[in-house]
Amino acid sequence: MTTATASRYAAEYSTIAPVLPGQTLPWLNALRAEALIAFSAQGFPSPREEEWRYTNVLAIEKKLFSPSISLNAADIDADWLKPYRLENAWVLVLVNGHFSAELSVLTDLPEAVSVMSMAEALVKQPDKVEKYLGTAADQSEHSFIAFNTAWFTDGLFVHIPAKQVLDKPIQLLHIVTGADAMATTRNIIIADEMAEAKVIETFVGADNAYLTAAVTEVFVRQNADLTLYKMQSESEKAYHFGGSYIKQARDARFTHHNFAFGGLLARSDIHADLDHASECELNGLYLGIKRQHIDNHTRITHLKPYAISRELYKGVLDDRARGVFQGRVIVAIDAQKTDSQMNNRNLLLSDDAEADTKPQLEIYADDVKCGHGVTVGQLDEKSIFYLQSRCVDEETARNMLTFAFANEMVDKVKIRGLHDMILEQVLARFPQEGINKEWL
Amino acid sequence: MLSIKDLTVNVNDKQILKGINLEIKAGEIHAIMGPNGSGKSTLSHVLSGKAGYTVTGGTATYQGKDLLEMAPEIRAREGVFLAFQYPVEIPGVSNIYLLKAALNSIRKHNGQPEVDAMDFLTLVKEKVRLLEMDEKFLYRAVNEGFSGGEKKRNEILQMAILEPKLCIMDETDSGLDIDALKIVSEGVNSLRSPDRSFVMVTHYQRLLDYIKPDKVHVLAHGRIVKSGGPELALELEEKGYSWVEDNQAAA
Repeated sequence: MTTATASRYAAEYSTIAPVLPGQTLPWLNALRAEALIAFSAQGFPSPREEEWRYTNVLAIEKKLFSPSISLNAADIDADWLKPYRLENAWVLVLVNGHFSAELSVLTDLPEAVSVMSMAEALVKQPDKVEKYLGTAADQSEHSFIAFNTAWFTDGLFVHIPAKQVLDKPIQLLHIVTGADAMATTRNIIIADEMAEAKVIETFVGADNAYLTAAVTEVFVRQNADLTLYKMQSESEKAYHFGGSYIKQARDARFTHHNFAFGGLLARSDIHADLDHASECELNGLYLGIKRQHIDNHTRITHLKPYAISRELYKGVLDDRARGVFQGRVIVAIDAQKTDSQMNNRNLLLSDDAEADTKPQLEIYADDVKCGHGVTVGQLDEKSIFYLQSRCVDEETARNMLTFAFANEMVDKVKIRGLHDMILEQVLARFPQEGINKEWL
Repeated sequence: MLSIKDLTVNVNDKQILKGINLEIKAGEIHAIMGPNGSGKSTLSHVLSGKAGYTVTGGTATYQGKDLLEMAPEIRAREGVFLAFQYPVEIPGVSNIYLLKAALNSIRKHNGQPEVDAMDFLTLVKEKVRLLEMDEKFLYRAVNEGFSGGEKKRNEILQMAILEPKLCIMDETDSGLDIDALKIVSEGVNSLRSPDRSFVMVTHYQRLLDYIKPDKVHVLAHGRIVKSGGPELALELEEKGYSWVEDNQAAA
């Protein structure tokens, strides 16, 4: 490196700094300054780091994406947005990293429930944000977190008070429209004791090269129940980096559904820390076509006894696509009676597609039940013949089996509108000859 | 219905069927019996079009058409049904979806419109009752988590709904307890008709107590070594397969 910083982005920071939210908050300024120093020193992660060995992010540095200074939602076509917008939900829309009140629907929220943009939260409840921001996502983890802390322009802030059960889901609709644009957003979701809620993150964009860098911090307090859905259906030229960092308290239940469909290069990190008897379920489906590179990186840390974790990630890879799964389960010395199961199944539809899968168990306790399984394979010829013997032609049989493989994950989504949205995305990405939608 | 002449088949350059001759008329039930490794399953697989078998000689003519030229799904649409010895589990594809797809493929092949949704459900439910199955099975993934007996019953359910002309049953009785065997046999007997034929490949004579065949053939070392009426099965039961194998060796 000839410059003092490891990243060209650091040199550009002054263009965005004056418009970042929360300027009057000394604690946030200090946090951002610290993050900027950390990021400037390291730059984006390098494939030399073990956690990034399969995914090279050099292209982001070459491209130099630019952040939007302010909201410009005028060019959002409501018809284009419609298929991604959930009915019967509270919807918070971010355009190029800025909250759009006009496109959002946040009316009739129960009293005491906070659903607002991060910028608004920094004005209205800065103390609460301070208490949580940066406490689940550790910025020493990797430099995307530091980058996010320094650069975030807005995001979603959700706080559900104790015992509150939300009867409608909350949707974060994250849109990037500009060419070479960059949207850096920070979300915080807090479910207090015994609260129950469902939050959906949807990432979409116009047909451009752009960068999404999102960090979501989730706090599931004692005996609360939170389901977080993520569907990224970014443009096929886009770069997507999204991290979800979850802290579960005693007896808390957390379920994550991760649908990774879009992006030229897409990476998700999901890290969950489990306390006494908490339950964590991570589900994932990644579909890669053309030259897509889709990386999912999960880490479940059992810190205390009796927690249960279940993980199933499935990948379907066609053309020259590459799928990466790195799953770590860590069982701390105190986490006796841990019950953990991790599985990753990959279906390769072409000779040029590739799946890299790396499950890791690190167990420091001695009385635990932990298992993992991994498969990488093609469609089963016996199954194809069975379907042919039942009058189904070979092409349809292959499509049916591929679809059925993926659909197991779609079927886990119990919100009707979201289920149908995801199903459309799956069907749009794979040949559906012979698949009769009316029967699904 | 089906005419097989001098059929020879290789698997990995090894000859498994060494010249099979068989004439099956409409309405007939033929039982093909033989010891393990005699080529019984190979015969049923070749007739239904499974990959991995090389026909090196002979012909199989089904309703005047060259059966061996057809893709497996075309054979199925033309009315050839294979009840599998080991039915395959298809996670994610429901029984009822497959039944509907299959039935509509046949109807399309025959120039008929798609089946009416209500008529289809009525038909399926009637057949489910016939086979004493739980309706819940219809909405479960094909064969997934089914017991051995349930899988075999499911094969007969498909057969009952698709109404094939030539039913090839590959060791359908293997692994069935007597109650399940009775139900399966009743299902098969209810399908008997003057324009439907059956080829029952079996290791055990027991099945023939419940489904009475017109002809019994004994297959050994890739050849039909003896043919006769139902009494042949009883003789086999009494004397064992070594009897025909010894006879063949002596001949």
